[in-house]
Amino acid sequence: MSTEVKEAPEKAAPMKEPSEPLFSKKNKLLLTDPLNDSNPITVQVLGICSALAITVQVKQAVVMSLSVLAVMIGGNLIISLIRNIIPSRIRIIVQLVVVASLVILVDQVLKAYVYDVSKALSVFVGLIITNCIIMGRLEAFALANKPWPSILDAIGNAMGYGWILIAVAVVREAFGSGSIMGWKFIPDAWLISNGGFYAHNNFMILPPMALIVVGIIIWIQRSKNTALIEEH
Amino acid sequence: MKLLKNVFDNLRPNFEEGGKFERYYKAYEAMETFAFVPGHVTHDGAHVRDAIDLKRTMFLVVIATIPALLFGLWNTGHQHFLALGQFMELGDGFMDKFLFGAMKVLPIVIVSYAVGLGIEFGIAVAKNHSVNEGYLVSGMLIPLIMPVEVPLWMVAVATAFAVLIGKEVFGGTGMNILNPALTARAFLFFAYPTKMSGNLVWVSTEGQATVDGYTGETLLAQSINSSTQYIDQAGASYSSVADTIYAAFMGWVPGSIGETSTLAILLGAAILLFTGIGSWRIMLSFLLGGLSMSYIFNMWGANPFMDVNPILQICMGGFMFGMVFMATDPVSAAQTNTGKWIYGFLAGFLGIMIRVFNPAYPEGIMMGILFMNVMAPLIDHYVVEANIKRRLKRATVTA
Repeated sequence: MSTEVKEAPEKAAPMKEPSEPLFSKKNKLLLTDPLNDSNPITVQVLGICSALAITVQVKQAVVMSLSVLAVMIGGNLIISLIRNIIPSRIRIIVQLVVVASLVILVDQVLKAYVYDVSKALSVFVGLIITNCIIMGRLEAFALANKPWPSILDAIGNAMGYGWILIAVAVVREAFGSGSIMGWKFIPDAWLISNGGFYAHNNFMILPPMALIVVGIIIWIQRSKNTALIEEH
Repeated sequence: MKLLKNVFDNLRPNFEEGGKFERYYKAYEAMETFAFVPGHVTHDGAHVRDAIDLKRTMFLVVIATIPALLFGLWNTGHQHFLALGQFMELGDGFMDKFLFGAMKVLPIVIVSYAVGLGIEFGIAVAKNHSVNEGYLVSGMLIPLIMPVEVPLWMVAVATAFAVLIGKEVFGGTGMNILNPALTARAFLFFAYPTKMSGNLVWVSTEGQATVDGYTGETLLAQSINSSTQYIDQAGASYSSVADTIYAAFMGWVPGSIGETSTLAILLGAAILLFTGIGSWRIMLSFLLGGLSMSYIFNMWGANPFMDVNPILQICMGGFMFGMVFMATDPVSAAQTNTGKWIYGFLAGFLGIMIRVFNPAYPEGIMMGILFMNVMAPLIDHYVVEANIKRRLKRATVTA
């Protein structure tokens, strides 16, 4: 995963007045913008690898989204709190240490409470450390902003990442396994192996299909939101 | 003819600007230009034009597939009755076999055209561009590369996938990176492997009792175990490899609907070459690529599949069909003449390589062509660059 970051527009956000309300217009935008206009996956095209790897089942995608949400909030908050004492030369190392500690924490919690999902996610929990979205937000936002906007930014981006992940997983699980969150809506009697007419789409289980589904989501998003279409 | 023309002329005002169905003008235009050569002429500049347009080009390809289709209809019935132990001789029950095949195959053709053209018309009306002619060919090629037992809804899903994801997202006919018909087959192969490979899908037995010794294995599947002993559908052995080659060349062996008969496909190839629509460079280099890979495997000889006679190797499975109808697709193939040689050779070479190295992918030809489809623009790029370099070297600067 590359850590190269496409800078989001809100980096230029000026320092806020202390009297600003908690949910000012600017702050609300931090929450809502990543859901659509600057979505980390479909617009900035970050964090694609995990979108391909863990979207076979909705449950895994939900747990993954929550893990990323927790790591991002923690990471953005901590980095934002210590942003003035980090020497800029070693900032990447510092960010990495913070993120890695948080990921280990999340991993332990998952292992303790949802062991089966943790096993299914295997290395991908550990790989949250290298998720470009997290490093990207730390570098582009938390290093230059106060704690509260940083938390909002973290929530916004994690949700933007999460909803795409879950949308892809819903499509893949529905067509690939005929179920959603493990609840089967295609009766077994319909399957060809049981004398029926239906067959699950095996292609949906394979990673390339995640790429195609993400592509279709990007297609739909851009046809609804024409501002995103690049000039060329 | 006059009657049809009148019908179109009467309907025209409804679809022109201000008419009731103005929105559907593109759909109307597609039907009209399909039936009659349009009267459009070029207004400015000098252009040398051929009398043949894209619709008619595409239609010639459809005509070229007819021998393979007709043979496929008969062979579907022939394999069916052979498995049941009826009409064992080739000449017996011709009409029964043909009608049975037609009953099995025509629904697939209809589904393929209905779904594909439906999507094409829908998109053309929604985006207000002309209906793409390319689907005339893809709609015929898709049924020909399906196993006869494929469920119709799978054909519909695969066709929709091929037209939407394989073609329309790139901008329609002429813009697609991959061959749409092969995209449909590759989709089915990965999505529903139990219905696209194995021994049960190539012959339609309709659940009736089969003769002793019947397996339903294709020649390709048998090659995994032995390169010299082949049996036919009724369980009888072919007496020699030459006999097997003869059967594979004539095509009375199980396989996808239209790909079994090398002879029928070569008839189609003759039409394509005579009319200049198919590229002889691609066909020839594809053949050479496949043969040379087969000879290399012969020398290697590590397992029975590698020992398969090169002639048998290219007569089995989809090699010939891929060579004549898939690799020559003018859109997804390389465009430069040198590029066509490289593209064709590597497609055949890789096709046989994938087929033999990985028996889980018995139809390596499909993979080989799709892979080279992706590589074709790169090949063209380097061919053009090399040409520029060569000519620059020759150029002398006189100042």
